[in-house]
Amino acid sequence: MSKFETITVSIKDGIALISLNRPRVLNAINRPMVTELLHVFESYDTDDEVKAFVLTGNGRAFAAGADIDEMKNDDAISLELLNQFKEWDRLATIRKPIIGSIHGFCFGGGFELALCCDILFAAENTQFGFPEIKLGVMPGAGGTVKLTKLMGQKKALEWLWLGDPMTAKEALEYGVINRVLAPEIVLDEAVKFAKTVASKAPLSVRLIKETVYKSIDYSTYDGMQFERKNFYLLFSSQDQKEGMKAFMEKRPAEFKGQ
Amino acid sequence: MFETISYETRGKTAWITLNRPDKLNAFNAVMHKEMAAAIKEAGKDDSVRALVITGAGRAFCSGQDLSESPEGADYSDILRKGYNPMIKAIVGMEKPVICAVNGVAAGAGMSLALACDFRIASEKASFIEAFIHVGLVPDAGSLYFLPRLVGHAKAMELAVLGDKVNAAQAKEFGLVNKLVSEEDFVMEVETFAEKLAHMPTKAIGLIKRYLNKSWESDLNEVLEFEAQAQKIAGESHDHQEGLAAFLEKRKPSYTGK
Repeated sequence: MSKFETITVSIKDGIALISLNRPRVLNAINRPMVTELLHVFESYDTDDEVKAFVLTGNGRAFAAGADIDEMKNDDAISLELLNQFKEWDRLATIRKPIIGSIHGFCFGGGFELALCCDILFAAENTQFGFPEIKLGVMPGAGGTVKLTKLMGQKKALEWLWLGDPMTAKEALEYGVINRVLAPEIVLDEAVKFAKTVASKAPLSVRLIKETVYKSIDYSTYDGMQFERKNFYLLFSSQDQKEGMKAFMEKRPAEFKGQ
Repeated sequence: MFETISYETRGKTAWITLNRPDKLNAFNAVMHKEMAAAIKEAGKDDSVRALVITGAGRAFCSGQDLSESPEGADYSDILRKGYNPMIKAIVGMEKPVICAVNGVAAGAGMSLALACDFRIASEKASFIEAFIHVGLVPDAGSLYFLPRLVGHAKAMELAVLGDKVNAAQAKEFGLVNKLVSEEDFVMEVETFAEKLAHMPTKAIGLIKRYLNKSWESDLNEVLEFEAQAQKIAGESHDHQEGLAAFLEKRKPSYTGK
């Protein structure tokens, strides 16, 4: 079912597996790819068939960076008018869980795309990095901001200034990713994890995601107010009634996402 | 195609021979580059399922060629750019690497031997952590591999005193796997390497990968590594072949996949 130019998509057991598919250029991210990705994420975000997303890359790399050819002749005004990053901004509005399965190179725009995932599993051989500085630019799709919030100011500056790759182990130590796995099975494990999350109460999964991201930007007080409202909101769901009833009756709950 | 080493395949084994015999196969900048290229080639070539590293002439490798170190050279750069990538390439290669120590392995030459998965020594072989004799410290992975191979106390002794260890002594404290007479040396190495090259390479690669990681991991992590490795090995062609051969009471024919 590949009606796409730059990605492949398959749906199985409630999981939408999206694979970057420009392996000959190590899945360099171009504008059509972002458009296609956003289209798929937004379509399935409101489709009950899909409970969670797994994002990976076909071939040797997750994504070695953005497509430099595409932007080498751009100027500041053409970029402003193009406003290409608005599609990246919309990736942040996806409500369902996105699990990233990363391997090989994950550089520049590829790293920024990975950072759009909620959970990141990486193969032991993964190299992460922001080499933009070597091209006289810097990350433009949230890399600077997200890396700083994940690893802290000191470490983020070091990686962004030097542009050197970090290993999967380093990325794990700095809290940039969740787990390091054998390259042969990282995708399997990411899908397994996605299925596990997909088996949980869907409204809880959804509101927890929303609250976690709010808490990154909100003050503790505001974050807790926000959390409280979402906590209350879940008490209007059927799944809350079912979950608590099942707990009392000592049986597994059957969640419907309502 | 190389100037300071030779590279050839015999059967399923690739052979890298350090080839500056008049300099006792000492490392220079060219040799670092060529070693990196040759190790990469052996790693990439699917028909190669074992790698032997040995030396031409009477020495295995006498370490850094001091006559070629530029004046005022930053030793850390020589290590970071020259030796360290070579050591990492050997450790990262998921095929067995056999060091055939034909003669003296001194300084970084000894480090190179330590980084390999197996060491077969000729009776003419010897080992010396020569660094201390010029006021330096063992490098190119020696401080990592030495205590892991021979224990902390012996490592301290070898590294600090810098005494020459002959092949028989090295065998005794576990620095080498096998000690062979000079006349049988090449044949024994070939036999050993070809034996490994016909084994389930994928499983050997996984054993190497996770044994190496075990040094920096706790039990929970190693148990998890084993679970992952077994899943991968369990899905390998060679596992199926091993099971089938067992049931059919025949010798397995492994492809390394």
